[in-house]
Amino acid sequence: MANNYKSFEMFFRRFLLILAFILPTSLLFAGDPDNDTLRAQTPSVEKVEPKSEKFNAGELIIDHISDSHEWHIAGHIAVPLPVILYSSRGLSVFLSSHLEDGTRGFKYEKLKDGSHKMIALGANGVEDEAVTSTVWDLSITKNVLSIFITMALMLWIFLSAAKAYKRSPGVAPKGIQSFVEPMILFVRDDIAKSAIGEKKYARYMPFLLTIFFFIWLSNMLGLIPFLPGGANVTGNIAVAMTLAAIVFIITLFSSNANYWRHILAMPGVPIGVLVLLTPIEIFGMFLKPFVLMIRLFANILAGHIIALSFFSLIFIFAEMSTGVGFGVAIFSVAFTIFMGMLELLVAFLQAYVFTLLAAMYFGSATEEHAHAEHH
Amino acid sequence: MQLVKPEFGLIFWMLVSFGIIFWILKKFAWKPILNMLKEREDFITNALGSAERAKKEMAELQSNNEKLLNEARNQRDIMLKEAREIKDQIVGEAKGAAQKEADKLLKSARENIQSEKNAAIAEMKNQVAALSLEIAEKILKEELSSSDKQKTLVKTLLNDVNLN
Repeated sequence: MANNYKSFEMFFRRFLLILAFILPTSLLFAGDPDNDTLRAQTPSVEKVEPKSEKFNAGELIIDHISDSHEWHIAGHIAVPLPVILYSSRGLSVFLSSHLEDGTRGFKYEKLKDGSHKMIALGANGVEDEAVTSTVWDLSITKNVLSIFITMALMLWIFLSAAKAYKRSPGVAPKGIQSFVEPMILFVRDDIAKSAIGEKKYARYMPFLLTIFFFIWLSNMLGLIPFLPGGANVTGNIAVAMTLAAIVFIITLFSSNANYWRHILAMPGVPIGVLVLLTPIEIFGMFLKPFVLMIRLFANILAGHIIALSFFSLIFIFAEMSTGVGFGVAIFSVAFTIFMGMLELLVAFLQAYVFTLLAAMYFGSATEEHAHAEHH
Repeated sequence: MQLVKPEFGLIFWMLVSFGIIFWILKKFAWKPILNMLKEREDFITNALGSAERAKKEMAELQSNNEKLLNEARNQRDIMLKEAREIKDQIVGEAKGAAQKEADKLLKSARENIQSEKNAAIAEMKNQVAALSLEIAEKILKEELSSSDKQKTLVKTLLNDVNLN
């Protein structure tokens, strides 16, 4: 019986891993056509943009998955967020509603390629390029606020869980503990212990738990289409990059001589091959966190794009005729629900894979010499 | 392009907030939670181990009890057997002694009877002899009371002698 259970667990784990590696590509391929069309559409739209009532799916999708200085709620209602700018003019703090009219001397302008740029305005209302080049945008944007919300949620969940553990030690978990405990044990036993090893895993547990729950909660909040959620946090390259960079730095700081020997001069490999192998290994060292970043970013981004694309279909067809729009709506909603289910899985999966790979990098950085004999 | 261009502000806030939350959670959540989990696991492992040990001890005790009980049973059987033997022996001995006593009594009684009988017989013989003498005296007196009678007696006696 126990054996059966083990083999099933193995199978399940393998299944998760395979999914984690297949899903990003399939989602990206699925997402790509939309991306291409939106890029093709953007220039033509800019010409007609001013008072065009025509529905532009590409612009809508890009707007929703990009970071922004205000939190869009519905229709023309949006919550303005604080803008914090540091430039040669010093620190400027104001609400994002002033960005539109430029009354505080700064404007968030759309460039020709569709991206935005914070520009400083001179006294005459034209761009003051000398100041613009010195602007550091530290605004509390939608994504930053979403990060804060996620972190507040984490603080609330885990501090109250910790309190519950302290209040009744040695007792079976209940309430918030029974939600938190299986996940913590999952990270400890299936990620940290299996990837780093029984001896050294404890040092990395706080970090692994923090990134696991941060990614998972952010992913989940991103699936909620209204206020506390809806931001594309983990699907933003800056967030994914920061997380991957932290993982890389921790890997470097915890690396031992054995790790560097394997990169710089793989033991047991002839010198002729080393000439080829060492550059590849060094490249691989940087490639690992890069891939870590791309996988998380692309997966979550693709999930958001797909959900929005299905909804955009409704409006594209509704412009042709209202009846067709309603007809398509049924399929769109059905597909969106299906994708939502898949995204629930992906949200967990990407947190798992990111944490697992981070743990594996830590594991390889701290591996002892004994392993070298196998080469 | 906008999608793959990391924004400085987001990186900054991400680093700051991640650093803060990591520190807080590490100190106030992960450490106590992981410690408690570890403690509870150790406690459960220990409890299971001691339960296992107690079970083994119980089994040992039970087998010991069984052994003791068997021994006691055997001893009891032996004792019973011995007691029975002793009883039989005592009873046998008593019976023998009683028999002997009875025999002895019987024998002495018989001897007594014999001697009494002998004495009685001797007494009787004496009495009979005395009586016979008395009778003979009386008869003789009777027979020899007249001269005729004496003459006839002599005559008969003589006749008897002649016959011989």
